[in-house]
Amino acid sequence: MRIPCTFMAPTVMTRIVTLLLSCLLAWLPVAASAQEDNGQALLEALDVRAFSEKAAAIEDVIESQDPRANAWLEALLDGKLQRLKDDGSFVIVTDNVGRQWPVEDALSGESLGEVSRRDLDRITINNALRGQLRSALSMIDLFAESREARQAAAQKLIGKVDAELSETLERRLESEEDDQVRRRLEQAMAVYRLEQGDVQAVERLTGSLNSDIRVALTRASQSDDAAVADAAQRALVSIEQQLKLNRGLETLYFGLSLGSVLVLAAIGLAITFGVMGVINMAHGELIMLGAYTTWAMQQLLPGQPGLAVILSIPAGFLVAALAGIAIERSVIQFLKGRPLETLLATFGVSLILQQLVRTVISPLNRTVVTPEWMSGSLVINDALSLTLNRLYVLGFALVVFAGLMLVMRRTRLGLEVRAVTQNRAMARAMGIRATRVDILTFALGSGVAGLAGVALAQLTNVGPNLGQSYIIDSFMVVVFGGVGNLWGTLVAGMSLGIINQVLEPWAGAVLAKILVLVFIILFIQKRPRGLFPQKGRAAEG
Amino acid sequence: MHWLGRPFQERSTQRFLGILIVALAVVTVLNLALPAGHPLHVSTYTVTLLGKYLSYALLAVAVDLVWGYLGILSLGHGAFFALGGYAMGMYLMRQIGDRGVYGHPVLPDFMVFLNWDSLPWYWQGFDMAWFAFAMVLLAPGVLALVFGFLAFRSRVTGVYLSIITQALTFALMLAFFRNEMGFGGNNGLTDFKELLGFNLRSDVTRVGLFIASGVALALGYIVCRAIVGSKLGRVCIASRDAEARTRFLGYRVERVQLFVFVVSAMLAGVAGALYVPQVGIINPSEFSPLFSIEIVVWVALGGRATLYGAVIGAILVNYAKTVFTGVMPEAWLFALGGLFVLVTVLLPKGIAGLLAWRFKRSESSGPGHGDLTAGEATT
Repeated sequence: MRIPCTFMAPTVMTRIVTLLLSCLLAWLPVAASAQEDNGQALLEALDVRAFSEKAAAIEDVIESQDPRANAWLEALLDGKLQRLKDDGSFVIVTDNVGRQWPVEDALSGESLGEVSRRDLDRITINNALRGQLRSALSMIDLFAESREARQAAAQKLIGKVDAELSETLERRLESEEDDQVRRRLEQAMAVYRLEQGDVQAVERLTGSLNSDIRVALTRASQSDDAAVADAAQRALVSIEQQLKLNRGLETLYFGLSLGSVLVLAAIGLAITFGVMGVINMAHGELIMLGAYTTWAMQQLLPGQPGLAVILSIPAGFLVAALAGIAIERSVIQFLKGRPLETLLATFGVSLILQQLVRTVISPLNRTVVTPEWMSGSLVINDALSLTLNRLYVLGFALVVFAGLMLVMRRTRLGLEVRAVTQNRAMARAMGIRATRVDILTFALGSGVAGLAGVALAQLTNVGPNLGQSYIIDSFMVVVFGGVGNLWGTLVAGMSLGIINQVLEPWAGAVLAKILVLVFIILFIQKRPRGLFPQKGRAAEG
Repeated sequence: MHWLGRPFQERSTQRFLGILIVALAVVTVLNLALPAGHPLHVSTYTVTLLGKYLSYALLAVAVDLVWGYLGILSLGHGAFFALGGYAMGMYLMRQIGDRGVYGHPVLPDFMVFLNWDSLPWYWQGFDMAWFAFAMVLLAPGVLALVFGFLAFRSRVTGVYLSIITQALTFALMLAFFRNEMGFGGNNGLTDFKELLGFNLRSDVTRVGLFIASGVALALGYIVCRAIVGSKLGRVCIASRDAEARTRFLGYRVERVQLFVFVVSAMLAGVAGALYVPQVGIINPSEFSPLFSIEIVVWVALGGRATLYGAVIGAILVNYAKTVFTGVMPEAWLFALGGLFVLVTVLLPKGIAGLLAWRFKRSESSGPGHGDLTAGEATT
């Protein structure tokens, strides 16, 4: 979030910042006791009515070189620096949720237990003060222990450097050892030098994707100095190209991510529908069961969302597989060779399962907590970052696909499945128990749907309608890829995902989806057996 | 016109039309002739409800025509129904004139709300009744023609066709949900005032719509009966039971399929057009795949390939829906889902199958009826 610094003149802000920096640079651990009284006075000064006096008081706090200044200012910014009503002592609220707030003494740092919010007075600030505080605090971060904090602080400075600050930054650059932080500091300096009309500075900025740098270059490209304008213009063109490339990569990533979701949802169907020829309209609800399993696991293991997600991979598989077996035994086995009836009956099952979840759990959506190691994103550069949860789901989809390929190609079960689907009577004559193979295959396909649910729970809300929204897409993917062909499902899912994402920017999400559906409908007219039609005996089934 | 006369010679058609006419007459008389307090008085609310059931029944007959006699399980007939409904809805919207909330002389309320300054081209002409009624037939008919032409020409049949029809209605639902489409977005079209100059709120208009639904059902039934009883109908049944063989015998199966599919879509459109003024609203939920598949269950429950079974199924299921959603709404999906399973697993011939079994001795259905044989299935 950009902070409104416009309320205060830049020079004032810079003065504060520079003051702060100089005190930090010169900072040495000072015995707290020597400043005990001083601290009380500093805080007293903050609790005045006029905001202009407060601004001055904040400067005093910064100048005081007090080691607790950082904590005070942060608390002040968050509205957590408060005063007890009865004795007027200053406290910092550590957690302002509920009615009883745990507080600690602002001067000594001792915990004072919980205090009712009614017994506290907040020290108020306005937006101008907030801006002042934020910039001061961000400078403090430049000296933080952690690399990430320093990087972020340096990043924020790009485009905000002026003469006074640049000297401080020069000094900071001498002592900074981390390359990333250095690079950003140098960029911040280069933007400043560019503003001063230094053509050489452009060189340092070329290739950067930072938006503040682009703003600075754009401004420079309109400057009166032809050399500067020209250099900036050239830099901008090359940046623009890189940006385009990155946007392309981002679209590709989102496409692959959507594709992986489609593949996950459809791959189980590719087994039950594609290989066995059973139309299971309840497939989406099996996905939903997998997602709810994840949610239930997290309820069972509170505080350990990561472990729960990992455990729900086998659990989701089992739950969905068992549900699949139940559907196969109770409905599908009686409708062998009547695909349209199977379609209707399993649709009925899907309605029952949906309503069951609505009645037993809740009609409302449930949220699955994303474990820490799955949240956040992988930052490639300033313009491209890949969200981790989608990356995990993409990897998971590929692993599931590879596993399924192995089962179908390399195991006894896979062999028997293929035998039974190609020629049931002959397979039985060879001693294969066809009924057992039916059950196991259906369980496998259903279990994979459960796995899809576990993955989907990381991306969307878990609700009774979760499955419904994927069933048509899944069938489309299987039909598009070619029934009975797992590779076809992978290629179809991924390409549909990418097509959808490519169309989305200029057509909008809904229209893109419609266009993809229409595209598939037309495609099937042209190639009724999909991208990769089966050849040979299996095709006749 | 002797092909249209033939149905009247069939015992089942005579019986069906007889029951329908008597029911229409009785309900009308009980509503109009008896005072409101009378114990036998049928309230206007009930009449409208029955009218809604009758338009659903016509829709079910349309689905039975393609599913029962052609073997095409359409999971997208709700789309044709909704298109007919939207055509009627657009006419009714234009009839509102300047009586809308915003009082704009031409633009419907939702367009004023969206800051549109003129009527989109596809709304032109809907202020004329004849044009709108023609569109009730044409909009679903043309969609079915284009879709069917593409599908049947490349011999997409069976489950594939079912799934594509489902995708069709799903895509249309998404499209109609968009405000930019100019069909009122997810609120749809509503707040109708009058139809052909009759106030839609008045009791007489409601009874009139009820009778119109009954007459439309009767006509639709006769048309379907005439089709399935003709030589064309035999080809339909033949292609349902053995498509490749019929083709080898020299019949252009895809043309037969296309013709019947378009007729069915038009009937569905008429049903939608009758449905809209009675319920007073049309919105994109009529396009939802769930609704389309529900229609199929009405037919399945009533009994495929009988036509009158579709009518029985539609009325029974919708009556059950009315009762269930009133008494215990959360149980309705359980009941509907259970119905899907029970009918397909235990009652493959539906209620009509039970009736036929009961009356087997007294009446033989005769040739050309196209009763389903147990093992038939089109893949």
